[in-house]
Amino acid sequence: MALDRIKAPMIKDAVDFDIQLKPYQHFTLDNGVEVYSYEGGAEEVMMMDLVFFAGNCYEEKNWVAAATNFLLKNGTHQKTAFELNDYFEFYGAYVNRTCYNETATINLHTLTKHFEALLPVVSELVTESNFSEEELKIYQQNQLQRLTLNLKKSDFIANRLIDEYLFGINHPYGTYSTEAAFNNLTREDLVNFYDRFYKHGKAVIFMAGKFPKNMQSLMNKYIGSLPLNQKAMPVFDHPIISATTKKYSIVNDASSVQGSIRMARRFPNRHHPDFPGTQVLNNLLGGFFGSRLMRNIREDKGYTYGIHSFLQNHVQECAWMISTDAGKDVCGATIEEVYKEMAILRNEKIDEAELKLVKNYMLGALLGDLDGPFQIMNRWKTYVLNDLDIAYFNKTIETVRAIQPADLQALANQYLQPEDFYELVVY
Amino acid sequence: MVVGFKLIFVVLMIQFEKFQLANGLKVLVHQDTSTPMAVVNVLYNIGAKDENPAQTGFAHLFEHLMFGGSVNIPVYDEPLQRAGGENNAYTTNDLTNYYCQIPAENIETAFWLESDRMLSLAFSEKSLEVQRKVVCEEFKEHYINKPYGDAWHKMRALAYTNHPYRWMTIGAELSHVENAKIQDVKDFFFKFYRPNNAILVVTGNTTTEQVKALAEKWFGPIPAGEAYNRNLPQEPVQEKKRSLEVHADVPMDMLMMTWHMGGRFDAGYHETDLITEVLGGGASARLYEQLIKVKQLFSSIDCYHFGTVDPGLLVIEGKLVKGVSMSVAEQAVLEEVEKIKKELLPQKEVQKVINKTESIICFEDMSIMNRAHSLAYYELLGDAEMMNQELEKYQAVTPERIQATANAIFQDQNRNTLYYYSKN
Repeated sequence: MALDRIKAPMIKDAVDFDIQLKPYQHFTLDNGVEVYSYEGGAEEVMMMDLVFFAGNCYEEKNWVAAATNFLLKNGTHQKTAFELNDYFEFYGAYVNRTCYNETATINLHTLTKHFEALLPVVSELVTESNFSEEELKIYQQNQLQRLTLNLKKSDFIANRLIDEYLFGINHPYGTYSTEAAFNNLTREDLVNFYDRFYKHGKAVIFMAGKFPKNMQSLMNKYIGSLPLNQKAMPVFDHPIISATTKKYSIVNDASSVQGSIRMARRFPNRHHPDFPGTQVLNNLLGGFFGSRLMRNIREDKGYTYGIHSFLQNHVQECAWMISTDAGKDVCGATIEEVYKEMAILRNEKIDEAELKLVKNYMLGALLGDLDGPFQIMNRWKTYVLNDLDIAYFNKTIETVRAIQPADLQALANQYLQPEDFYELVVY
Repeated sequence: MVVGFKLIFVVLMIQFEKFQLANGLKVLVHQDTSTPMAVVNVLYNIGAKDENPAQTGFAHLFEHLMFGGSVNIPVYDEPLQRAGGENNAYTTNDLTNYYCQIPAENIETAFWLESDRMLSLAFSEKSLEVQRKVVCEEFKEHYINKPYGDAWHKMRALAYTNHPYRWMTIGAELSHVENAKIQDVKDFFFKFYRPNNAILVVTGNTTTEQVKALAEKWFGPIPAGEAYNRNLPQEPVQEKKRSLEVHADVPMDMLMMTWHMGGRFDAGYHETDLITEVLGGGASARLYEQLIKVKQLFSSIDCYHFGTVDPGLLVIEGKLVKGVSMSVAEQAVLEEVEKIKKELLPQKEVQKVINKTESIICFEDMSIMNRAHSLAYYELLGDAEMMNQELEKYQAVTPERIQATANAIFQDQNRNTLYYYSKN
């Protein structure tokens, strides 16, 4: 019998997959710091995320949180920056730090066999960092140069400005680095921030992979003995002040051949009942390769290399963003097409076949995203830091499975109104 | 601080089975039952280096066209997404690789899709027209609209006089892709995208029996093409140092130097890899410590190499601190290079870069996706089993061998330098 290449093979619908988020283990260190862990995987590797509530929402002066976080690894009272890096790298370990809005992390990726040698020195970063004037000076100089370079890039400018329009320059989500911010940093700022938000700060820990047998006692010895989680955290009220003007066009480089387009509206956080349904709508609009924006603006018109929409990953309040870099002469046409796609979603019900495709894609992708111990822990980390639990996971899956064309149309009518969107092109 | 460090490596061996179809398609299977997913990876032995110098950028353009519908399936993505799968592809100077990750129960969908586009593309004018535009936007986004975006175009053309590595995968110039005709595209496809010029790797929750049956069913009927005998122009040994000055609207001066190095099969490849680690791998590497921290001449500096099959380039590139002169910066880099030539590396520093390599391999091997990429790549090199021998090769490297390799590469007449000046 000849092979039928036209007819697709039978598939099992991803909506019928049994998708589980495997539970974490949990223990509390002597100082009250909670540790969420997931043990598994074939390779002898592990990761540890020390999450401090030391994001930029706790700073009182621009960029202090980010600079403190960056310079954690640049010298302690015992070791120079070089000695620290040399120590970590000798063991083939990666010690990274990242500063977010609410939190800032020290992240360790290592072969399991070296964890015991590394943990004391990671612990040293939390209590003994010294923030020397010399290290700060080098940091300022190099960050200033990096900023100068980035300010030449239209996408960098567009990302900063759209956040400023949405949240206001004084809100942690809307603020950004400036030459003045780098120049005004002092050693004292960093030392004080470090003392309050790391050394005597509040932390929570996430671990995944293969653990050494004595992992818990090691954690207690080197992290559980630190003066963490002892002081109440300050509460800041950062009001969101969105810009009143909605449309912007900025020329950063007159010779530019492309424009960076950002279109965005404010959107509630994950606790809002519309969040899971809107994730489906977002995928349909611009969340994957088969989305309407990609099919129309890239695959049909060829205006851009890629166009995406996404819900920002914020705790307090999110934004729904559409982002692309398009040819200079077709930026206007691109924006017009985005609004057209929004109108279609408001005015027409999505057909069942397309909806099923989006649902299957989302659940298949989720199945892949939960494959492996690091991935499982990352998912839990997002939930813990956003004060969510397994009910949220289950509700998300249930929503994806059950959502109907009429629900999506209602969401589109509520949230995809052009007048709610900020619109920015940076050339 | 480290006393009696004991060498016990923990890299897992990646088990796989291998067979070949009558049409020449090589098939590799790696089973992992701990995952609900499977990865289907098709590597084509065609890279930018195989392009006609007057039609560069074709291998990469093809990566785009391969999603524009095949002879029996109008749209590639939709059925895959309906089956819960995701896919992507990449093109290098040496190869083109397509892969999808899909729930293992729906693995046949991936076979159906991948085999149909190996059978034949749809060759629609519309798809070609759109993807020409998309690639042009990609070109603009990455190489025109970015400061220093043209540096690698210039460096490749400077360092290579003859070998096709002298152009980038995106193409030497926009016009080559803009002028692509449907007949050119067809010829290219039937020359290179044949089963006997491809490697299929399946990893994840599957069995060799299942893959055998599916591969025979879907790929078996595709006719073999003419064997492709690669016969690329080779790069003559460089006999005089070359340099180029560029003045552009960029915020700071950049210095980029390259030296010719061996290819993937040449002795010294692993040594070269470790040399780039010693100089540029991480914040305790020599260039970072000496030139950014101690001397404060650079605000950023990197050292890496191409990792190409044919002889590649070892690269040092960095942005100068404002006010530092190019010649002072250049001299400082060359001093570090001299040091690695003259002084034997301390055993501990060699151990560090070997340990780092072990760690890199372990982390890379975590996902069935990376395992699929690696198996396909090493099979392209000649034998996937080499993947399991890599760490041993690094372990065998000695300080003496590193020094000898450094002396062979870091010769002045072997160097190409791009002085990229800020006009501001």
